[in-house]
Amino acid sequence: MHVIEILGLEKTYSVGFWRKRPKRALHPLYLNVEEGQIFGFLGPNGAGKTTTLKMLMGLVFPTGGTARILGMELDDPRMKAQIGFLPEQPYFYDYLTARELLRYYGQLSGVDAKQVNRKVDAVLERVGLSDAADVQLRKFSKGMLQRAGIAQAILHDPRVVFLDEPMSGLDPMGRYEVRNLIEALKGEGKTVFFSTHILSDAEALCDQVAVLHLGELRGVAAVAELAARVHGKVEMVWQGASVPQGIQVLGAECHAAGDTMRAVLAEENQDLALETLRRERLRLISVTPVRMSLEEYFVANVGAAGFAADKQAANAPPRHRVTEKV
Amino acid sequence: MNSRIFHIASNTFREAVRDRVLYNLIAFAVLMSGAALLVGMISIQIERLVVINLGLTAISFFGVVIAILIGIGLVSKEIEKRTLYTMLSRPVRRWEFIAGKFLGLTGTLLVNTFFMAIGVVLALVYVSHHFQRGDGAVLVALYFIVLQFLIITALALLFSTFSSPLLSAIFAFALFIIGSFAEDLRGFAGMTHGIARWLATGAAYLVPNFSALNIIGQAAHGQGATPQLIAYNTAYALVYAIAVLSGAVLIFERRNLK
Repeated sequence: MHVIEILGLEKTYSVGFWRKRPKRALHPLYLNVEEGQIFGFLGPNGAGKTTTLKMLMGLVFPTGGTARILGMELDDPRMKAQIGFLPEQPYFYDYLTARELLRYYGQLSGVDAKQVNRKVDAVLERVGLSDAADVQLRKFSKGMLQRAGIAQAILHDPRVVFLDEPMSGLDPMGRYEVRNLIEALKGEGKTVFFSTHILSDAEALCDQVAVLHLGELRGVAAVAELAARVHGKVEMVWQGASVPQGIQVLGAECHAAGDTMRAVLAEENQDLALETLRRERLRLISVTPVRMSLEEYFVANVGAAGFAADKQAANAPPRHRVTEKV
Repeated sequence: MNSRIFHIASNTFREAVRDRVLYNLIAFAVLMSGAALLVGMISIQIERLVVINLGLTAISFFGVVIAILIGIGLVSKEIEKRTLYTMLSRPVRRWEFIAGKFLGLTGTLLVNTFFMAIGVVLALVYVSHHFQRGDGAVLVALYFIVLQFLIITALALLFSTFSSPLLSAIFAFALFIIGSFAEDLRGFAGMTHGIARWLATGAAYLVPNFSALNIIGQAAHGQGATPQLIAYNTAYALVYAIAVLSGAVLIFERRNLK
């Protein structure tokens, strides 16, 4: 079942003071997310990820297209009771304590009055904020605010959780804890849709990823498929400090790693390289096919120029783009 | 009442209560009432007049200041700080948010007025040594001041939905001052002709008629208001506030949040 259906959602702003000109933040986007997935929404800064999320949350109105979450329209309160949202760099009412904030949000989300205190205590425990439950949020560190943000997103046991850059501003331990939390949410049968520009997090967590650049969807792929995709290269590792002449002439990229040598070479040269190592009586440790990383896929679809703003392309006339399954 | 509106109103009240600026203003207002006692001692037998005039004027003025200072940030501050993101992603309709904010600030003003009024009443009892028949007029004047607060809160909230806090404050104060002279504006409209008359009359009836809600002078002389005037002013304030709030909802329903 598709829990999220994005049907041509697009957003164009008018910029300028006297002569308004259109600025397209998001080209028509078509995307579906299956239930129970961790779905990564990737792209560099300014790609349109947050704009998409804000339209799904009803904070910004689309200029075209529509979307459904759990089969319901975006302004349906019944739908909103079943989703949770963590915005990027969240800010909350700093005069409230964590407990007061969560109780308030729980009440707004329709959590039963008899259950809300128990649920608040449970979620504070889950995100590691029990000791700071009665401290005003203005005294929270960035990492603590991020945890409070996650707590308010999952307090009411939503079916779908939207996270915008959930690792933003966290130290390595914080990121590790958030990763574990996201995996735990998936284990509970929830769908997690999170946007990020940190590829390693997406690679570690996501079942599927979509890549957005300059407001256009560049591709959708299952991470497992990416892992299975090979480059037509192999990596050989052997014991030793030198590279035999027979492997050098094959054009291998070699580098030393401790007391071993690693060489990446074309797959068709594998047998020749193995023969060379046998002849030189060097101890072979491993032979591994080289797979495409998410970073390589990202760069291939977005390009090095994708990290620089391209204003011309952003204002190009609209064209439909079918979601590519790579 | 819709429980979400109640919770938003409660949180707005809590925010106002925890705002230290509020206590400074209340303290100053109470001091003004106390100062009225000293001023009254300057001239014989006008202590009561001075206490009522100064005391109620202080309540009115500082209440308007509180309404505007807090009201102008009710929506704009939430947009600026993005606290609205986690609010509106919940099953909270935008009109419920506006209604909750309005009721929360109105509740805050009611509580403030109550405590400031106690100060005035205590001062009155001190100078008069007992309650008088004319004290009822003071209560009516206080009630009309609360009606003023309803209107000015709605206006501040309206401006907050589309304007910056500074501009909202300027607009709200300007309307309060113009509205305080609404009767004079209507008189001026009556003296003009042609298009100017139409424009002046339109403006005169469009601005809130705060002058009609100000009977402080009459209350100081023990003159209250007729039941018809009380009913008319109540209806006027409620209709005006609801109309302004409807405008705020219309604007906010269509606003893209940055």
